[in-house]
Amino acid sequence: MKKTGLVVGVAAVLVWCLLPVAWIVSLSFKSQDAVSNGTDPGFLPLDSFTGWDNYQAVWDDEQFRRAILNSLGISLIATLLSVIIATLAAYAIARLEFRGKKFVLTVALAIAMFPVVSLVSPLFDLWRTIGLYDTWPGLIIPYMSFTLPLAIWTLSAFFREIPWEMEQAAQVDGATSWQAFRKVIVPLAAPGVFTAAILTFFFAWNDFVFGITLTSTENARPIPAALSFFVGPDPFQRPAGLLAAAAVIATIPIVVIVLLFQRKIVAGLTSGAVKG
Amino acid sequence: MAAITMKNIVKKYGDGFPAVNDVSIDVADGEFVILVGPSGCGKSTLLRMIVGLEDITSGDMVIGDKRVNDLAPRERNLAMVFQNYALYPHLSVYENIAFPLRLAGASNDEVDKKVREASKTLELDEHLERKPANLSGGQRQRVAMGRAIVREADAFLFDEPLSNLDAKLRGQMRTEISRLQKKLGITTVYVTHDQTEAMTLGDRVAVLKRGVLQQLASPRELYDNPGNLFVAGFIGSPPMNFLPAEVDGTTVKLPFGSVQIPADKAEKVAGKGLLIAGIRPENFEDASVIEAKDEASTFTAKVEVVEWLGNETYAYIPFEAPPEVEEQLRQLERDLDGESLRTQLVVALDGTSRIKEGEEAQIWIDSRKMHLFDPATGENLTVDKANAGRILGNAMAEAAEQPAAAG
Amino acid sequence: MTSTVATPATKGGRQAPETSDRAKAESRLAAKLVAPALVVMLVVTAFPILRALWLSFYNYSLTAPEDKEFVGLSNYLTALTDGLFWRDIGMTVIYMVVTVGVELVIGFIFAMVMHRVIFARGVIRTSILIPYGIITVVSGFAWQFAFTYQNGFVNGWLPFIDDQFNWFGDTVPAVIAIMVSEIWKTTPFMSLLLLAGLAQVSDDMIEAAKVDGATWWQRLWKVIIPNMRAAIMVAVLFRALDAYRIFDNIFVMTNGAVNTESISFLTYRQTIEQFQLGMGSALAVLLFLSVLLVAFIIVKLFRVDLAQARGEG
Repeated sequence: MKKTGLVVGVAAVLVWCLLPVAWIVSLSFKSQDAVSNGTDPGFLPLDSFTGWDNYQAVWDDEQFRRAILNSLGISLIATLLSVIIATLAAYAIARLEFRGKKFVLTVALAIAMFPVVSLVSPLFDLWRTIGLYDTWPGLIIPYMSFTLPLAIWTLSAFFREIPWEMEQAAQVDGATSWQAFRKVIVPLAAPGVFTAAILTFFFAWNDFVFGITLTSTENARPIPAALSFFVGPDPFQRPAGLLAAAAVIATIPIVVIVLLFQRKIVAGLTSGAVKG
Repeated sequence: MAAITMKNIVKKYGDGFPAVNDVSIDVADGEFVILVGPSGCGKSTLLRMIVGLEDITSGDMVIGDKRVNDLAPRERNLAMVFQNYALYPHLSVYENIAFPLRLAGASNDEVDKKVREASKTLELDEHLERKPANLSGGQRQRVAMGRAIVREADAFLFDEPLSNLDAKLRGQMRTEISRLQKKLGITTVYVTHDQTEAMTLGDRVAVLKRGVLQQLASPRELYDNPGNLFVAGFIGSPPMNFLPAEVDGTTVKLPFGSVQIPADKAEKVAGKGLLIAGIRPENFEDASVIEAKDEASTFTAKVEVVEWLGNETYAYIPFEAPPEVEEQLRQLERDLDGESLRTQLVVALDGTSRIKEGEEAQIWIDSRKMHLFDPATGENLTVDKANAGRILGNAMAEAAEQPAAAG
Repeated sequence: MTSTVATPATKGGRQAPETSDRAKAESRLAAKLVAPALVVMLVVTAFPILRALWLSFYNYSLTAPEDKEFVGLSNYLTALTDGLFWRDIGMTVIYMVVTVGVELVIGFIFAMVMHRVIFARGVIRTSILIPYGIITVVSGFAWQFAFTYQNGFVNGWLPFIDDQFNWFGDTVPAVIAIMVSEIWKTTPFMSLLLLAGLAQVSDDMIEAAKVDGATWWQRLWKVIIPNMRAAIMVAVLFRALDAYRIFDNIFVMTNGAVNTESISFLTYRQTIEQFQLGMGSALAVLLFLSVLLVAFIIVKLFRVDLAQARGEG
């Protein structure tokens, strides 16, 4: 009885999580005509199956290729910078006594809760004035500020779990503070840093608000914004099949990361937020 | 190698409470000194001030002939074994031991020579390539010591190194540490709350209570001549018995009857009124198993519980204490991290004793070994000052002024 | 937080009577390590929000920048006396309450399943992370296509729903569709936080309750839930503030049509689509204040102690 309940539960979780993904994959294989005219409304593509046509069409689209490139570049750079800065700050917060620690944590928490949209108008104005509008740095900077809180919180939780004695032992063994940090703390914190990097990348990859407001051309426009502006040959009908194919492509990096590192992501998400 | 001299060391935290208060201890070159006391007595803080992990509020810390108050840990050339060993989990045993040498920029040949030497001494040869996570508690302990040995440090510091091991291993490692220290002849400061470790390892033992040094003496001196109630109650297991006592000439009136004490002791306590008598459990005996006994020092009491251990027997005898003594004993119990349940006498009798629970028994007291304490200050009035090391005279009085600060 | 200078906020707090050289050196090192993060965080938030405050007192439109003029509180008055503003606030609160409530229930069930399950742990965790990691815009598209009557599967699968029913033709069904997408995407986050909370409820305690004769339901309500209160509160706080900022799904699924607009969406529309920087800034400030208010209410209402939940001071 209990066992069946659990099996049903597992099935429910799997269906819940994967059904919409399966749906968008299925949609990406339906022909544009069938979707527009509603001739094949079922879940799976039956007589409307078009093979890789939609993917080919999306990939041939210059704007979409640019968007993928933008998203990858901007997200990776923002992640790298954010994690480096957050590692330094988290180390100080977890390990050092200093005035203003509460202030830093409060700022981080406040920014984690900040309504992104309320920054849109001043940033839009400011970026245009100083020439960051529609450029990579114009997105990298806000991505950094909004991923820092998450990264700092996750990392300081990891740092806190490294036994204090370890670092003191290094100092007694003759290490300077910097040597203790580099030779003992960094290797031990590497898994945590890596996890923080994954979570940061997810955030940057997912962002939409900055993407649509701080860019205007394929110069810097990331995937989510590009998807929302994606218009096929018929401006009155969204090209569902093409969009679905583009969405699937945009989801591939996420799936790969999740498949490779699910354990680390779960640990990072939970340790950052709840701890005994 | 170097001597360590602590002069009037004080450590105050943010709230102004002194965790270590005016402690002076001199550790001679090559000496093994133990810092012992219940939790919160400041022993670990003191050790961490020696090694430089904790700032010194005031006083002088001298290692060799250099004042080290303002030096960073790495500049003090000391080696320390931590309570949890603090092994680096990402490094192999070999690299853990080599770590201090690598930091010092030693050549590969030198590192290899010293690590092999240390691993031979500690019998770690077959584990050198393993990671700390795969080692047993005793092996980890030895790796931590290996890391200390290769340093050629001026002194070894141990912070409760055996507290995470099980009882059997603890005994073995204790002997191991003792042997190693004698072989290397290195100055050693060792922190523990375990009085067995304190008694067996130390050349001298420093007993601390709430940041104040109570007595600094050899283990035998501490045991035979405790300077005050606290030291008397802390050293020895089962602990010393404390009974209310009234002295009249050479007669001491205890709750169970009167006994005679030597004249020199009686002289020291003449006219002091109500006192606390301290008698170790082994200084009692079942009157029926000894032949030549002094009838003046026996009493009869009802035994409540008997524990037969084979070689000896513990008998428990409850008694009532007057309020002034009771309060002092309760405070003592709190200082010793214990819980005061009831006032009772614990006597260690010969294993052949046939005393039964619930029966009246005749007990003999070796009254020459009795100590008499002032109930107000806790001071041992009958102490043999020549054989008691250094006692802080007014330690109890000072502590009594700030009982609220007791952790 | 509205200050751009990094003045330490702990005045008169716990402070050592005598600051030693080492403590000073430690402080200096800490300041160096923390400074870059603090600067980056404040540059993009504190400065713009101050600028928004400044702009909100002007009538300033990008289409006619020369006509910029100081109008005092007039933008605020206009917004606060406009029914649209209050309708969008109300809508936003509905989005927040309903999605967080539903997520809490579903997330808790998921957490229970993940906690109990022994087989296929990796598969479940991997699957649950896919909605977490997927782009919100993609989720919005997937569900929008699923709900449309022309080619979606929802109408076909749901009984009592006409195959030609247009979910995006009226407020209530459109809001439901938006909420479904939002809930689908964010439940995994909630359930992972709750899973961490569940893991902290000791098995001994549950077994003790069993021995004491508690039923499954009693164990859930009297032992498990009270003991993971901190985890639940943190999850609710994080998710509620996130839900209050709902934007992406609305943009993709209805573009604010049929009164599905949230306060974030209104602010965006004023600024970016209508170029009314003055009015948009006033709305941005109001949005910011309303988030603070929501956070304050949740913290006070549920007595959330973040520091305690994280086990730090």
